[in-house]
Amino acid sequence: MIVIEDLRKSYGERVALDGVSLTVPKGQLFAYLGPNGAGKSTTIRILTGLTKRSGGRASLDGCDIEADALAARRRSGLVPQQTNLDNDLSVGENLDIHGRLFDMRRGERQDRIAEVLAYVELADRRDQTVRTLSGGMKRRVMIARALMHRPAILFLDEPTAGLDAQIRRRIWALIKRIRQDGTTIFLTTHHIEEAEFLAERVAFLDQGRIVVIDSPANLINRVGAWAVDVLGEEDMETEYFATRAEADHGIRGRDGSVTIRRVNLEDAFLAMTGRKV
Amino acid sequence: MRPLLAVYLREMLLLRRRFWRVCLGMSVSPVLYVIAFGYALGAGSPVGGLRYLDFLIPGLVAMSSMTQAYGVSSEINIARFYAHIFEEFQAAPLTNLSFVTGEVMAGITRAGLSTVLIVAIGAAFGVTMHCGPLFWVAVVLNAFVFASLAVWSAMVVKSHADQALLANFVITPMAFLGGTFFPLERLPGWSQRILDLVPLTHAARAIRAEALGGAAAASDYALLVVLGAAAFFIALRSVDAARE
Repeated sequence: MIVIEDLRKSYGERVALDGVSLTVPKGQLFAYLGPNGAGKSTTIRILTGLTKRSGGRASLDGCDIEADALAARRRSGLVPQQTNLDNDLSVGENLDIHGRLFDMRRGERQDRIAEVLAYVELADRRDQTVRTLSGGMKRRVMIARALMHRPAILFLDEPTAGLDAQIRRRIWALIKRIRQDGTTIFLTTHHIEEAEFLAERVAFLDQGRIVVIDSPANLINRVGAWAVDVLGEEDMETEYFATRAEADHGIRGRDGSVTIRRVNLEDAFLAMTGRKV
Repeated sequence: MRPLLAVYLREMLLLRRRFWRVCLGMSVSPVLYVIAFGYALGAGSPVGGLRYLDFLIPGLVAMSSMTQAYGVSSEINIARFYAHIFEEFQAAPLTNLSFVTGEVMAGITRAGLSTVLIVAIGAAFGVTMHCGPLFWVAVVLNAFVFASLAVWSAMVVKSHADQALLANFVITPMAFLGGTFFPLERLPGWSQRILDLVPLTHAARAIRAEALGGAAAASDYALLVVLGAAAFFIALRSVDAARE
C-alpha cells in the first residue's frame, strides 16, 4: 500500500510537486498520467529514495520513506525511465549484484535469478553481456532485476518509453502478469493507451498537482461516450456526446472534415486540464 | 555485509572486465616518468646519496596509489551522471557506511594493483624495493585518504566536468609537489610548511623510507590515519547530498 500526503518538491523557485496526496491500495495497478514535466518522475524518485522531498509525507506498506527509509526500500522495486544496467557485466551479474544489495543469500540469489529471467522470458540470456541486448530485452532485464527481491510494490517509470509497438505490448502483458501475482504497481506514463489498457485507477497530474483520481472508465464517462472531431481551417475542435445518436445529430450541418470516435483517456485529460498529455 | 560487498564486487567485476586495459593505463605514466625524469633529467643528480631512480620509484608508488585511489571518483561519476547505475544503489536498502566502505575498498584495491605494477616497472629498470608490511600499510593508508576524498568529491559535484576541475586543482599539484619527484628540503621553508599539511607528503615519506629499507616515522602514519578518518567521515556525510 502506498500512502502519500501533501507531498511537495521544489528545485529553487521551481515547484515540481505541489501538495500531492493519494493512496494506492495493496495489489492495485495505479497509473500516474501527465505530460512531460508534470511531476510524475519526481514523485517516483521521492518514493524510491532517489530524491529528497521538500515537504509532506509518504509511506510504503506503513514504512515512512525517510524515517524508515531502508525498510521502505526493501519493500519496493524500481524500473527507472533510463536504462541503468551495467553494460559491461552479464545479465546474471547485474541481477546478482542487485540480490546482494538486498541482502539475499547466495543460494537464494541463484534460484531467484533463474526464476525472474524465466518470468521475463530471458532465461537463455543469463550469461550474455548486457551491451549486446536489444532495448526491449534491456527493459525486461530491468523488470526482472526489480523483481529479484520480491518487492510488495513495483515502481515503473515510463516502462515502455522508446520501445516499438510490438515490444510495448509484450511489456504490457508482463506488467499484467506481475499485477495478477499480487504486486502493487505504481506506473507513470504519458501513453494514454498504456494507462487505459493496464490501470485500475488513474491519477491525472498537471503542473505538480493531482487534478482527478478515478478508474479509466469513470474518467471517460465523465466526459461522454462519443467524441466528434471537427477539423477547421486553423485548428481542431472536439465535442463530446453521451450517445452515438447524439453525436450523429451533433455533426449535422458542420463544415470541414468530421470524425466520430469513442472518447478515450486523452479526451478526459484534455477536458479536465485544458492541455494534452 | 552483503550490500557492502555488492558495491565492492561490482567495481571488481568491472575491473576484471577491463583488467589489461587498466594495467596498461596504470603503467604508461610511471614508465614515462622513469624515462623522462629518471634517465633524461635526473640521471646525473643523486639525492641524499641515492641514485635519482632509487629516489623516484617509491615516490611514483605514492603518487600512483593516490591517483588510482582517487580514480574511483570517475567510476562513481560515470555511474551517477551517465550510466545512472548509482540510482540502483540509492533505491536499495544500502547504508551510507556500506556504500562508502565498498567504494573506498575498491579504491584501495586499485591503488594496490598500481603499486604492484610500479614495483615491477622499478625492477625492470633495476630498482629493487623492500616491500615489507609497513610499506603496504603506508600504501593502504594513502589510498584510504584519497579514496575517501574521491567518494566525497563524487557525491558533491554536479557534473563530471566539476570533478575534472577538482582533480586539476587538488590532485595534480599534490602529485608534483608532495615529495614524489624531489626532496621537499630543496624548497623554501614556507612552502615546506604548507606541503607538510598535504597527505601525499607523508605517504611519500613513509613509502620511500620503507622501500629503501629504513624506518618510516610513526608520525607520518598517524597523520595519514587522522586525515583518512576525517575524509571518510566527510564522505559518509556527503552521500545524502547526491539525493538532492
